[in-house]
Amino acid sequence: MQFGLSESQEFLKDSARKFFAGECPSAEMRRLMETDTAYDAELWSKLTDQGYTGIIFPEEYGGVGLGQVELMLLMEEAGRALLPGPFFSTVVLAGSVLDAVCTPALKSKYLAPICRGEVRATVAILEANASWNSRDVQLNAANGKLNGEKFFVPDAAVANFIIVVAGNGVFLVDSKAASLKISPMSGMDLTRKLYVVEFRNTPAEELGSVAQLPRAFDIATAALSAELVGGMQRTLEITVEYAKTRKQFGKPIGSFQAVQHQCADMYLETESSRSAVYYAGWALEEKAPDAATAVSIAKMYASDAGRTVGNRGIQIHGGMGFTWENDVHLYYRRAKASETAFGDATFHRERIASAVIDSGNVAAKTA
Amino acid sequence: MDLNLTAEELTFRDELRAWLVSNVPKDWSDWREKPMEESFPYLRTWQRKLQEGRWAAVSWPKEYGGRSASLMQQAIFWEEMARVEAPPMANSLGLGLIGPTIIAYGTEAQKKRFIPKILSAEEIWCQGFSEPNAGSDLAGLQMEARLDGDHYVVNGQKVWTSYGWVGNWCELVVRTDASLAKHKGLSVLLVDMKSPGVEVRPLRQMTGESEFNEIFFRDVRVPTENILGKVNDGWNVAMSTLMYERGSYGARLHLIFKSYITRLIELSRNIQRNGRPASQDPLIRQKLAQCSAEIEIMRFNQMRAFSRITATGVPGPEGSIQKIFWSELNQRLQQIAQEILGSYGQLLAGDPRAIEEGIWSYAYLRTRGNTIEAGTSEVQRNIIGHFVLGLPRSY
Repeated sequence: MQFGLSESQEFLKDSARKFFAGECPSAEMRRLMETDTAYDAELWSKLTDQGYTGIIFPEEYGGVGLGQVELMLLMEEAGRALLPGPFFSTVVLAGSVLDAVCTPALKSKYLAPICRGEVRATVAILEANASWNSRDVQLNAANGKLNGEKFFVPDAAVANFIIVVAGNGVFLVDSKAASLKISPMSGMDLTRKLYVVEFRNTPAEELGSVAQLPRAFDIATAALSAELVGGMQRTLEITVEYAKTRKQFGKPIGSFQAVQHQCADMYLETESSRSAVYYAGWALEEKAPDAATAVSIAKMYASDAGRTVGNRGIQIHGGMGFTWENDVHLYYRRAKASETAFGDATFHRERIASAVIDSGNVAAKTA
Repeated sequence: MDLNLTAEELTFRDELRAWLVSNVPKDWSDWREKPMEESFPYLRTWQRKLQEGRWAAVSWPKEYGGRSASLMQQAIFWEEMARVEAPPMANSLGLGLIGPTIIAYGTEAQKKRFIPKILSAEEIWCQGFSEPNAGSDLAGLQMEARLDGDHYVVNGQKVWTSYGWVGNWCELVVRTDASLAKHKGLSVLLVDMKSPGVEVRPLRQMTGESEFNEIFFRDVRVPTENILGKVNDGWNVAMSTLMYERGSYGARLHLIFKSYITRLIELSRNIQRNGRPASQDPLIRQKLAQCSAEIEIMRFNQMRAFSRITATGVPGPEGSIQKIFWSELNQRLQQIAQEILGSYGQLLAGDPRAIEEGIWSYAYLRTRGNTIEAGTSEVQRNIIGHFVLGLPRSY
């Protein structure tokens, strides 16, 4: 048993870290977040050149064919850089849904262009009730048309097509359709823009059934948790650096236990989230029987930890932590948005509860 | 990353499983709730049986009677022991902490003299570290060892000594040079507990029992050949023992905690809350789920730490997150148990209405000690702050 990263996994993580540090440093991230869409075509083509847009998808569709653990590592580094724009919605979310739901012909048509970096895409899931429970989806397609609206759709304004989760199937609409209206929602996270998408007799192509969605959503949920881990890691680094250099009462504030112990807790929460995310990635890769529960464990823990690590980071920075110029609040904003996306800790605890209380026991595959 | 057991690990596990099937005692449940004074001969017999199968000290090098087991194999060992609810071993400190320290620092003569009897449970070991005025600040300990010819003469007091009442030998940290800076003047002595001047008293703890002792030393003469490691290098020797403590302890906890939460979930099905089983109360469900998840995360952390130690060679300060995690989790677990059990949660062993012979009221009180023993949570956070994160020392 080896719960460490392999050499090639270390290499991938390390090169992703260097890539994001070079191509998306804080200044660039801040520039993009001030734009309407947070999308940059040049950055996108560089992500494509790295193979990131096809990371987990089969080579026959132009993907790189790496595993779920590798996806977690890439998302962790993307989260550490607070990568703005539609990478999560296009590659992780839309890509995984297409990969799970579509026939080979449809994959060639829609997944392959994602791998090649030619298109952006997103998935419209939530409705006015903002419920992550699939049985609360009320929108249905009728006669190849959609009518209704979807909320909190990430990056819809830069998507070439939008995948729509309906009660009676998974559908695809062209985002340029005249019968489609996309309007922004003002979310707390400035690096990932949210939209309302309205359908008025919008032509919709059926991709497949909703039966395959849970696995795609589990992958997206785990990847979002990995991104949270990266955000926690960066918040911890920035905060520890500040605690070492900021002096009060003639000493670095990091020498005071009230500060030091908060940093220790940030470390504990970050590392524990990371362990849970890596395990979830491995369980998804192995299609382990406990994979869905493992994803819930990761998302539950990382959702809460993302917030508390941010709370501590801001507090330790004192007045500096409350300023716009300090990056910690930008990570904090992302953490808040990601906390609720794909179900918050309460949602996932109930999922875990039904696994451990109602139907036997949570058992790690290796236990 | 590959969480499947390797062929070698599978062989190890299967050999152990097969051995346990035919050797693990069937009547441990009759003994486990009895005072340790009564069950101790039973535990000695069990350890001897393990030793005969070469399972008593799997982590030890083969030449000392172990199996040179990797950390993963050690984890497998403790998991399998917990799975079959095997009794603990009589000489748990000798096997887990003191034996490895003697192997690392001892002379050939010391190894020859002490190691076989640690393995066979013929000589039980205790650990004389904490003092009334030296707990978290261990390096501030005062017990004096004055050189007198070929003996040290030891005076002072130790507290919180596990197995003191039954110990034949003690790993004792003493001050051999008061003129040196505090952690530089310490040495470790191996002390025969039958020496004149050693007095062991029970230390009654908040649970009402006495797991620990106080030991008083009055002009106790210890031969200089019984020094472990170099004179005035005792701090490093003692720290090595504590690393073993933090490194190996966590491995066996996963299944123990899991069996607690499983029993608790079972109880929650039969206890009514607001007109329905507690297991259907949304708030209780949230808490049980949180706890179950954290028990898994504790294990993931442990496995990651083991892989890191295997790669780097030495247990590091990361062990501190394990210590904080398991001890605080155990307290949360027992708090949830109390919430579920309500008024019954307080009933002690012996009360005919106590739930499961009062194990929950006992555990609730006992877990308060978890965040104190083996390094307080505050000390662990200092270790993370300074040694892991590189923050300036706080003291």
